[in-house]
Amino acid sequence: MSAVDAILLIPAIAAAILALLPGYRLSARLNMGASGLTFLAAVALLLLPRPGPSDYFLVDDLNIVFIVLNTFVGFTAATFSASYIGHEIETGRLTPVTLRFYHAMYQVMMFGMNMALLSNNIGLMWVSVELATLSTVLMVGLYRTHEALEAAWKYFILGSVGIALALFGTILVYMAAQPVLGEGTPSMVWTNLLAKAAQIDPGILNLAFVFLMLGYGTKVGLAPLHAWLPDAHAEGPTPISAVLSGLLLNVALYAVLRFKMLMTANPATLSPGPLMVAMGLASLLFAGLMLYRRRDIKRLFAYSSIEHMGIIVFAFGMGGPLANFAGLLHMVMHSLTKSSIFFSVGHIAQIKGSQRIAAIRGLTQSHPKLGWSLALGVLAIAGLPPFGVFLSEFLVVTSTFARAPGLALLLVLGLLLAFGALILRLTGFLFGEPEGSLAPAKASFVPIWAHMGLVLLAGIHLPGAMVAWFEAAAKLLG
Amino acid sequence: MMAHLNFDIAHLLAGGLVLVSFMMIYQDRLSSLLDVFAFHAVVLSASVAWQAHIQDAPHLYITAAIALIFKALIIPTALGRIVQRLGIHREVETVVGTGLTMLAGMGLVALSILLMMRVTAGADALAREDLAFALSVVLLGLLMMVTRRNAVSQVVGFMSLENGLILAAAGAKGMPLVVEISVAFSVLIAFIVIGVFLFRIRERFDTVDMGAMDDFRGEQQ
Repeated sequence: MSAVDAILLIPAIAAAILALLPGYRLSARLNMGASGLTFLAAVALLLLPRPGPSDYFLVDDLNIVFIVLNTFVGFTAATFSASYIGHEIETGRLTPVTLRFYHAMYQVMMFGMNMALLSNNIGLMWVSVELATLSTVLMVGLYRTHEALEAAWKYFILGSVGIALALFGTILVYMAAQPVLGEGTPSMVWTNLLAKAAQIDPGILNLAFVFLMLGYGTKVGLAPLHAWLPDAHAEGPTPISAVLSGLLLNVALYAVLRFKMLMTANPATLSPGPLMVAMGLASLLFAGLMLYRRRDIKRLFAYSSIEHMGIIVFAFGMGGPLANFAGLLHMVMHSLTKSSIFFSVGHIAQIKGSQRIAAIRGLTQSHPKLGWSLALGVLAIAGLPPFGVFLSEFLVVTSTFARAPGLALLLVLGLLLAFGALILRLTGFLFGEPEGSLAPAKASFVPIWAHMGLVLLAGIHLPGAMVAWFEAAAKLLG
Repeated sequence: MMAHLNFDIAHLLAGGLVLVSFMMIYQDRLSSLLDVFAFHAVVLSASVAWQAHIQDAPHLYITAAIALIFKALIIPTALGRIVQRLGIHREVETVVGTGLTMLAGMGLVALSILLMMRVTAGADALAREDLAFALSVVLLGLLMMVTRRNAVSQVVGFMSLENGLILAAAGAKGMPLVVEISVAFSVLIAFIVIGVFLFRIRERFDTVDMGAMDDFRGEQQ
């Protein structure tokens, strides 16, 4: 069994077992174990010699970054989830039956995301993204409250429209490739498409990219297609918010990047860069402004995710080795930091029994460990040194200043807006008279600190091997 | 002569699908909307079956059969029951007036035909006209989703959009995974319909009132 098989089979088998297994404690452990094994398989894939591309799967410098990140955060989120659900059972918000469903869906989602990242076939990629979407929709609606159902429905409808547009784009790519590569499967294999991209009809490819960008862009959460994102983050269980922000947005972004590479390989097409730059900047500025009016802590960080996806898409839109490197690094840093924040927020919201920002005050007095964990996360995500997010944002800004100073000013404006909003909120969370429950936290700090440790490490010193690895991926992106 | 006839029939069926999409736009009762949608699925099924015949691609017959059984029979019946049970089979709320929506729809069809004809000049004639009609159906489906406020008619809009995608996929000669994609979409739709049914989403999201719904159903029985 190769590592690729393992990455796909472990979640698939685990999902089947978890669907049958009663008893949530055992399931939570099994969920953790399966996610851990998948992560190990991904590390093996990174270290061992890679298999060549087949008609369905591909491993290269680019997607290995996504896969390792995906399985790692999948594992830490499962660890966090194990301690999170204990509390939900106690308060009666979830029942053992819904948890059985939740754990099975968690692995289905991991399976869908891993398959999307590994796929070398644009049809398979589409089916996998749809699978991942469906499973997250079901989990967002898990609490069955009015708001949760509303959020799930909105996510469902917008996600489905997005996925439908992406399919139309995929069909167009096939139509364009078919005269060059022949009928059938070869015309859907991404490596074939890339090799012959220069001969593919540029007009159809342009049109296809617009559909793909809008379709998968909906799932990235780019403005103006972001409406589902804050609701889905706020109303679902917090481990799912962490996974949505940290992973699912990346998977959709990965799909966009693959098609962008096809576009750049054909010199006769329109450049995909400006569209991505415009949507990225719009998301950044819009989310930066929206951060000020939030009353719900999970919504606040959901908007922050829109902001950061904007920065990442902007960087990839600018293109070139340095901006691509910065975009890739920022994506990894954002995933780690944001999921760590959601882990802290999950515990805090459980203790306070509320997600309202007004209800969360004086954490340094009542829950110092949890409070400072959140503070570290927020300082990092706001872009303060010495964290890795600072490094990657700095790289995005400097590489932009060298090429388009006007755009760089807008970028800096967006960053400052978001910075202000987050710091403003943070002081409220940390200081002042503690409100609400003072019950001691039964939190799992290992995932939070593991993520923050990595982000800090990357900010202080980026290991040479990692730089080389990311540079190779950035080069692939062109 | 034969090739000409093949082309004309494919053209007729795909064009028919666009016409039925227009018919859906001006239905102001949910029950008649569902009937027209069933007809939409029948036309799609015929169109896909015809493509299967002229492309000599037997797997497309499966797609046609799925469209006929699932979308023309099962889904409209299930939705019809939900609508009856919720007591909302009378009127469809429209945000914009029917006339304006029809005009917008015509604009979208003109746009998609102009766009597709220009862009796909290199592709073969049947495929590009098919694609132009498919894009029209997709856009009309989107238009319906944004102009309706009722969850059920939004679902119908989404399903008609998806019919356009199946038409496009069937028209793309030799495209693999078409059957799988139509199955994947059917699963998606089944989930949506079950969602509507289980969660009893009556109006659009902001006016869902579970308690009121229960009372209402109690009265009926």
